[in-house]
Amino acid sequence: MIWQLFRRFILVFIARPFAMLVIGLDVRGRRHLPTQGPAIIAANHNSHIDTLLLLCLFPSKTLKQVRPVAAADHFLKTRLSTWFSRNVIGIIPVNRKGAQKGEDVLAGCKQALENNEILVIFPEGSRGEAEQMGAFKSGIARLAEALPETPVVPVYIQGAGRVLPRGSRIIVPFNCSAIVGAPFRWCGKKDAFMTRLRDTIETLRADAPPLRWL
Amino acid sequence: MDWIFAQPLPLLWSFAGLLALLAAGTVAAGIARVSGSALADDLGPRMQSWWLICALLVGALLMGWQAFTLLFALVSFIALREFITLAPTRREDRLVVLFVYASVLITYWAVWIDNFAYFLVIPPVFIFIATAILMAFFGRTEGFLATAGIMQWGVIVCVFNLGHVAFLMRTPFEEVPEAGPAGLVFILIATTQLNDVAQYCWGKAFGRHKISPKVSPNKTWEGAIGGFLTTAVVFVLLAPYFTPLTLWPSVFVGLLLPIAGFFGDITMSAIKRDLGVKDTSRLLPGHGGALDRLDSLMFTAPLFLHALAYFSLERF
Repeated sequence: MIWQLFRRFILVFIARPFAMLVIGLDVRGRRHLPTQGPAIIAANHNSHIDTLLLLCLFPSKTLKQVRPVAAADHFLKTRLSTWFSRNVIGIIPVNRKGAQKGEDVLAGCKQALENNEILVIFPEGSRGEAEQMGAFKSGIARLAEALPETPVVPVYIQGAGRVLPRGSRIIVPFNCSAIVGAPFRWCGKKDAFMTRLRDTIETLRADAPPLRWL
Repeated sequence: MDWIFAQPLPLLWSFAGLLALLAAGTVAAGIARVSGSALADDLGPRMQSWWLICALLVGALLMGWQAFTLLFALVSFIALREFITLAPTRREDRLVVLFVYASVLITYWAVWIDNFAYFLVIPPVFIFIATAILMAFFGRTEGFLATAGIMQWGVIVCVFNLGHVAFLMRTPFEEVPEAGPAGLVFILIATTQLNDVAQYCWGKAFGRHKISPKVSPNKTWEGAIGGFLTTAVVFVLLAPYFTPLTLWPSVFVGLLLPIAGFFGDITMSAIKRDLGVKDTSRLLPGHGGALDRLDSLMFTAPLFLHALAYFSLERF
């Protein structure tokens, strides 16, 4: 309870003003964002800024339900990073190597959805090259299949790869946009679901302002 | 309340006038919404943004130069961020871009310590050279001139030119006893924005002959000349209450401001067309981005300051 308030305080009074200053945070299609769980937010992934940006999309009241799904091997490496990831970002850790040992790596995610939480998932699995979308992993389809009533909200994030690209430690301000698409549900087939997800995010990308590197 | 009434009278009257204009616009937007006019979708958000802009501006003007300098440093930063986001840069130049943002702090530091010589020399000389040196260290050669040019353009229009507005606020009160430095800033911004509106109205009503169909198809000779004259007349009438200018200098400045504003506007239009965008961002609903609102001021501000320096102000 205390940690939950602490988390909301940090996110609303420190993270959000910081995000406004550094990334501008232009949101299109805000009406598509869920106001309560269960829901899955699926976005492209180029930068750690993506998580910050998605957390800043939600009002303080909804924030306590919003849980980014993140790789345990990356975020639970040191004690400080574990504390920060769990208590401030509020991640649900996923053990990427657990599947080989036969455990259900998505058990935490399913539990969270059953508790009416809003999951933030990056289907690419890890951060790709700036402004390029890698192949999607199908864990999100298994979640949608397990809880077929859960709406999946596609989001395209633009610009975060310039603010803090993979491999860089220095944040440079650039305006970022988040384009939120209409939610859809599990359609019965894994391939069709994954194609739909990818196509929707590609379509949202077309609505983003043009972005050029020289 | 004493504090409010200690402000120069012309300033208080103009703030009251501004309030009346805003109220009128909001009422018009309300009527448009009730009568189901298509105008409402645009006018409603536009008026809300105007309220925000005017509240920030009037608040900072009343609080004094410190608040005003901070406000304009933030405005410069937001404008620069928009510019750098839209204009193409190279991935290698991220650190140079960070330095370009730091130029906001360096330039406004000169405003803060009230050193006009530093202010005049920092962006065009020191930041210019430092950007080129840093790029030589970090960058590759392809696209060097284009990116260096983009960053230096950003610094000049967003930081140096807009910084003149903040520096105008440092004019000693004795030199502008009419309405104080805040009066100078107010008349500069009000005239610049009035010119945009007047040109739009004259163009809508009588516009026939396009000035520059390629760059800005909505600009017409009728709109431009009608706007210039309207702005000039309003400026000449208000000048005795806000500026130390005598009649003929005020006629000159009254014509200079709208012409400069016009060219600031079409310059930003040309840049937007070059980059393939309609608005520079969606920061101000109904207006577009900060650059869409500041385009005219980027040209009028330095010219206004230097014209005043030529005709009357000893400070600059």
